[in-house]
Amino acid sequence: MIGLETVGFVFLATLALASATVVVFHKSPIISALALAFNLVAIAGFYLLLNAQFLALLQVIVYAGAIMVLILFVIMLLSIQSEGGLHRSGRIHSVLAPLIALGCAVALGVAVFRGSADGRFAVSSADFGTVRSIGTDLFTTFFYAFEAISLLLIVAMIGAVLLAKRRL
Amino acid sequence: MEIEPLLINFVKIFIVTQVLMVGVAFMTWVERRVSAIIQFRLGPNRVGPMGLLQPIADGIKFILKEETLPAGSHKTLFMLAPVIAFVTALCAFAVVPFGPVVEIFGRTVNLVILDLDGGMLFALAFASLGVYGIVCAGWASRSKYALMGGLRASAQMVSYELALGLAAVGVFLVNGTLRPTEIVAAQAGWFWNWNAFSGFQLLGFILFLVAGYAETNRLPFDLPEAETELVAGYHTEYSSMKFSMFMMAEYFAMMTMSSLAVTLYLGGFQPGFPTGDLSGWALWGLQIGAFVAKVGFFMFLFVWVRWTLPRFRYDQLMDLGWKRLFPLALANLVVTALLVAFDVIKG
Repeated sequence: MIGLETVGFVFLATLALASATVVVFHKSPIISALALAFNLVAIAGFYLLLNAQFLALLQVIVYAGAIMVLILFVIMLLSIQSEGGLHRSGRIHSVLAPLIALGCAVALGVAVFRGSADGRFAVSSADFGTVRSIGTDLFTTFFYAFEAISLLLIVAMIGAVLLAKRRL
Repeated sequence: MEIEPLLINFVKIFIVTQVLMVGVAFMTWVERRVSAIIQFRLGPNRVGPMGLLQPIADGIKFILKEETLPAGSHKTLFMLAPVIAFVTALCAFAVVPFGPVVEIFGRTVNLVILDLDGGMLFALAFASLGVYGIVCAGWASRSKYALMGGLRASAQMVSYELALGLAAVGVFLVNGTLRPTEIVAAQAGWFWNWNAFSGFQLLGFILFLVAGYAETNRLPFDLPEAETELVAGYHTEYSSMKFSMFMMAEYFAMMTMSSLAVTLYLGGFQPGFPTGDLSGWALWGLQIGAFVAKVGFFMFLFVWVRWTLPRFRYDQLMDLGWKRLFPLALANLVVTALLVAFDVIKG
């Protein structure tokens, strides 16, 4: 008897892989961007399967709801003039990009298999994905890392404003 | 797996969807009648008593109209766009508690479809996904006007989402939870216990409402479909039921936004006075009635505002969003946080 969770996982995995393939191989940048948004929502589905509701919702709000909409906005602005002219990439890109992606995938895979073999991934309590527990973790265990990331974001934001101002 | 909770959920989903559908049909009638009254006209009053059957006549007409598919459009996306708009608008309502926990035929039923820990975030997430329907429609139509509408929609909704979310965070701080049922439960009793008053969230409430108007693309913020500049904006090329689905999605979004505002700031289904020794269906009916009345008022406000205020210019819209609402929402958040920290408001 296959559990509901397995069915959900296979379903989501198929969706995620299919949309990721579309992102990479489709000629039209708009379709690629939409597929990427779809892919992000599918990944939010994985979080839901793992009981991490809060993460799943944030994934949808931040990535699918805000960042991808901005990317779509930019692509639509650009491709009013030239449809499909955005997909040129150099030779170094076309060799390096798959290699790096493959390297990351292998590293992650090895980490996951080793971790699950020696039982490093303990089963978390049922409420670890709630707003309260994630908030508590962020502001106690990971406080310094969390604040460092917010500093990093501010630096990026100031940099973006400076770059844009120069051209205004 | 137990079949009964699943069945109860299906029944709840079915009934809520049907009620919303009828509400949308009714609202299209209200919109035209109220606009007519505001402009010293009569409005549709021939089909049925007071013109109440007009939405049914409209529905039949929409179904019988020819479906057009513009040459050069992206067919899949063109078909998919109204579905995305429709489904996301409908899904967001799932977390709104429209009544208390009641007992029907000996079964305890919580009158909310999805009682989620991060429920308010769920609603905001689906409200923000709604923009994909508009953007897809704008791009897939291959028409200048539609594309401009899609572009405007994406920029506008990303901008106003910030103010909307930040305004709502004030309530989360005051109530210390994101679960809509708990937010409503915290506002029981007299109406001054509502978050808008005892939580000092009146400013947050106004910000939420204004941003909500922009998020649902209603006048005075309906730039994505500004008739004077863009013909009909993102749905210029749509006809028949596909156009009708965009229309319905807009009304669903309005209902969800009204319900969220009521839930967050005005006590949800709490009638606003102590109910004393009322119990059973007398109490539950009163509470459901209070919810419907409050949401109904905000639906009327949507219509009222639409036919009273002129449309903003696009730069004014961006100005208002980023330079007025956003800083105000941030200030509201800081003040609320301080009030909660110093125990002025019980968090």
